[in-house]
Amino acid sequence: MRLLKGNQEFRSMSGKPKLIYFNGRGRMETVRWLLAAAGVEFEEIFLDTREQYVKLIKDGSLMFQQVPLVEIDGMKMVQTRAILSYIAGKYNLYGKDLKERAFIDMYVEGITDLMHMIMMFPFSPPEVKEKNLALLMERATQRYFPVFEKAFKQHGQDFLVGSRVSWADIQLMEAILAVEEKIPAVLSGFPQLQAFKTRMSNMPAIKKFLQPGSPRKPPPDEHYVANVLKVLTEEWSPH
Amino acid sequence: MPGKPKLYYFCGRGRMESIRWLLAAAGVEFEESFLETRDDLLKLEKSGALLFQQVPMVEMDGMKMVQTRAILSYIAAKHNLYGKDLKERVLIDMYVEALMDLDELLMHHPFQPADKREQDLANIVDKATNRYFPVYEKVLKNHGQDFLVGNQLSKADVLLLEALLMAEECKPDILAKFPLLQSFKARISNVPTIKKFLQPGSQRKPPIEEKDIPKVMKIFNVAQ
Repeated sequence: MRLLKGNQEFRSMSGKPKLIYFNGRGRMETVRWLLAAAGVEFEEIFLDTREQYVKLIKDGSLMFQQVPLVEIDGMKMVQTRAILSYIAGKYNLYGKDLKERAFIDMYVEGITDLMHMIMMFPFSPPEVKEKNLALLMERATQRYFPVFEKAFKQHGQDFLVGSRVSWADIQLMEAILAVEEKIPAVLSGFPQLQAFKTRMSNMPAIKKFLQPGSPRKPPPDEHYVANVLKVLTEEWSPH
Repeated sequence: MPGKPKLYYFCGRGRMESIRWLLAAAGVEFEESFLETRDDLLKLEKSGALLFQQVPMVEMDGMKMVQTRAILSYIAAKHNLYGKDLKERVLIDMYVEALMDLDELLMHHPFQPADKREQDLANIVDKATNRYFPVYEKVLKNHGQDFLVGNQLSKADVLLLEALLMAEECKPDILAKFPLLQSFKARISNVPTIKKFLQPGSQRKPPIEEKDIPKVMKIFNVAQ
């Protein structure tokens, strides 16, 4: 939901979480997924100009001068993992005990490493893009997906950890779709993951998030990259 | 048999050092199995012990845990170093995530090629003194308490002390402008379990020496 730009501030009267980031996926997309899957409505403010960013730093909103920033429950939360852990904990997406949480954490960290490759992809120079794509394929099909395929095969349950949906399932779903955008047939050797993908797509909150008009962001393009660089870099000029 | 946690890594700091710190601070004795060669790592991988083919790996409580953050979170929660509720936990997480970002820079510094080292060090000092340390100095100033969060020792305090000491190794006077961090450093260093860890003969690892860098790069198959 696009809100007021430029110098106008938005005061959230609704009590909904407020997401402050660029108008694109980046590090905020997993937060959007998690909130959406938990059925939590949220608002967004998009950073389009360097002035907005500098103002956020100057008024002390960004603890470490970085976005993502999520205003939620009276806090200005930064650091993606901290935000995600909080949401998972609050909305019961973090397993039932310490051991389930440990597994969710392990899986999520692995998926995050995979997603990091995808996130950095548009920012890599053209001459290494092909090499990076090959590495992405290798990591996805040799290191990460086999782990989750095996987990489902072994326990035969619908969800990765325990008996209910967790942060790990949501982030795995996000990762599968993101990798498929780059490598369409990537799930061909993973029947369990294919079934998982179908199951997750049919969960009402996720189904809604996957429909057009939802807060889900499209894959990054040159405009997104240019916008990020413009906002974050002190001296930037188009070329 | 509920034995001690067993840590699998090379005999150096890297990503395992924060885990050593946290276990030590929690008063938990642990064992270590050191990878000396790339073959040692490959053998461990082949045995299926490494979920994502990577170390650190910590065997504890019947699990072969991997992923540094997952391991740290488990230890913290188990040993009451994670605050008392969700709000304290998220503060701890925010502080720790930033420290891990700084830690990442410190960890990679010795592996920078010689011609990049000076610039890298300048970047580390800049981030430490302009982005990270001011935040913790301010937190301590604002609440005037001994610990960063919730008036009790947490993962955040342990990792901050670790970061402060590592930063000082890079630049001995790096805390000159941070009086509260200096007193924090003294105070937390005196917590009995941490004091013990800081003494010679503990499992704390020294900074990597120049001569060992090629060996470590070989273990992790990093191009030189």
